[in-house]
Amino acid sequence: MLKTYSYPKFDFRLPTGAGGTKVPRYPAVVVGAGPVGMAAAIDLAQQGVPVVILDDDDTVSVGSRGVCYAKRALEVLDRLGVGDAVVEKGVSWNVGRTFFQQEEVYNFNLKPNADQKRPGMINLQQYYLEEYEIDRLKAFDNVELCWKNKVVGVEPEDDKVVVKVQTPDGFYTLETDWLIVADGARSPIRSMLHLDIDGKIFMDRFLIADVVMEAEFPPERWFWFDPPFHPGQSVLLHRQSDKCWRIDFQLGWQADPEEEKKPENVIPRIKAMLGDDRPFELEWVSVYTFQCRRMNEFRHGRVFFVGDCAHQVSPFGARGANSGIQDTDNLIWKLKLVMDGKAPPSLLDTYSAERTWGADENLMNSTRSTDFITPKSKTSLTFRNATLGLARKHAFARALVNSGRLSVPCFYNESSLNTPDRDAFSGDMVPGAPMDDASITVAGEDGWLLDHVGNKFIALVYAPDEAPSGAAELAGLPIPVTTIAVVPAGAKAPQGMVAFEDVRGTFAKTYDAKPGSTWLLRPDQHVTARWRSFDAAAIRAALARATCNA
Amino acid sequence: MSLITTPNFYKTGKRYFRDFSPNDDFYEMLIDTHRDLSDEQSNMVNAKLILLLANHIGDMDVLAEALAAAREDL
Repeated sequence: MLKTYSYPKFDFRLPTGAGGTKVPRYPAVVVGAGPVGMAAAIDLAQQGVPVVILDDDDTVSVGSRGVCYAKRALEVLDRLGVGDAVVEKGVSWNVGRTFFQQEEVYNFNLKPNADQKRPGMINLQQYYLEEYEIDRLKAFDNVELCWKNKVVGVEPEDDKVVVKVQTPDGFYTLETDWLIVADGARSPIRSMLHLDIDGKIFMDRFLIADVVMEAEFPPERWFWFDPPFHPGQSVLLHRQSDKCWRIDFQLGWQADPEEEKKPENVIPRIKAMLGDDRPFELEWVSVYTFQCRRMNEFRHGRVFFVGDCAHQVSPFGARGANSGIQDTDNLIWKLKLVMDGKAPPSLLDTYSAERTWGADENLMNSTRSTDFITPKSKTSLTFRNATLGLARKHAFARALVNSGRLSVPCFYNESSLNTPDRDAFSGDMVPGAPMDDASITVAGEDGWLLDHVGNKFIALVYAPDEAPSGAAELAGLPIPVTTIAVVPAGAKAPQGMVAFEDVRGTFAKTYDAKPGSTWLLRPDQHVTARWRSFDAAAIRAALARATCNA
Repeated sequence: MSLITTPNFYKTGKRYFRDFSPNDDFYEMLIDTHRDLSDEQSNMVNAKLILLLANHIGDMDVLAEALAAAREDL
């Protein structure tokens, strides 16, 4: 098995200063070199923070595992300098089709408004994403990626965290100001700290197979309820890169995982599905169950939990790795401000508040999908099949068909960091909203809004007739705010201002822009405040609020 | 007025950022209503539900359309 990909093997190393008589001290340590831990490390490194990453293994993810990366995760990866590699290798898609028995009953398009840089979703085997993140980390001389370093003890103290590590050369101890835990669903560190994670296990089993074959199916997500080739259960098909296809068969709780994994049992299922004699090869097979649960708090003093160790959802909706990447997007700018003494540690509590809110949304949506896909009672099954039956003819029933509500970014619309609207706006770009992308031109070059914002606070002002008063003072604050104009196609910005030209009018429409409208943007590309006119005092107050300095 | 067959769920005063949210909110309420009931109890709940909703709708032409649509494709 495993023919399209050869696994790199990384050498063991110690972080600089470790293993001697003196206990080394680092500003930040990340545990777990998976997609989420490495996203955190890249984000820190980009902001000039030296990072040590510890991982107990010496290679990337075995098997394709996390496959679907959503538009928001791609936008974050763009900010981290990994987006192009991932999108180039991945299979972009926007359309999902749902079949009931033999017929298509419902389809969706993740990206009906096309004026955005990234597709709704790409499919890419997890090992490629990890490989590209490792490549990106090599660009920084302040990153130490240490394989075969297994954390076996964690002692949080008031001013540091003491970590004990096991390696092929024995044990060592390190100290760190901050510890970011990204050690996965079974999280040894969560257990070491005796922290609970509450939720439920779903009584069902699923077989996933990576199959290499020549096939003409379009790059779409295909989902079957009760298909003739796998009666009474569901099946999901995704195209990945390298002619590798992901097929997911619902098996039921009674299935024997060891038996089901055997090629002699897997191959007939795939043949029945393909319905012809086309040749294929099995590359990787696994049987999984899943849990839906989260930790109560994602921050414990100087220890942060990100990704699967903090929250787990059913895979229907691609809300696992995608939400983990959003965790780091939320955490790192806050941590940097606190490290620099520019914000109080209470800002770090809002990481937990905003991302548990996000996790609850993901848990709710993925649990609803699971309940629809695998009904738990005769009545639930009857309603499910009645919905699918009505969906052939009636639009309302198609909207009820739930084969997975795919990952979309979280609106932090109830976050304490937002400044509530004082002026009237329409549209979705409310305080707390993840920014919608738009095509823009900057200094004559075509580009995208989201490639030009992020990593700092920005005030966008639409079609100002003169340079806004107070912008220079905002730029000189301890936490600087950069003021940028957005102008309609063909218009010019006032002298001396950087301008984004809204060439297609997408920005004006999406953000409900009128001359003078102003938005304050967070470093993670979320709107945190907006007004109908530029008011430097209001921006300062909103900045203070968004950084817990109020 | 004829039978509405396009998506029509909403909650007064509630802001939705996703088209699927009001539909899924309703479906979850529906399934939760049946939680821990026997099949017989569920059938009784469904029958009462139809009667309550039918009276709420009231319009015989709409009800006739709905009754006919429900019988199709059995």
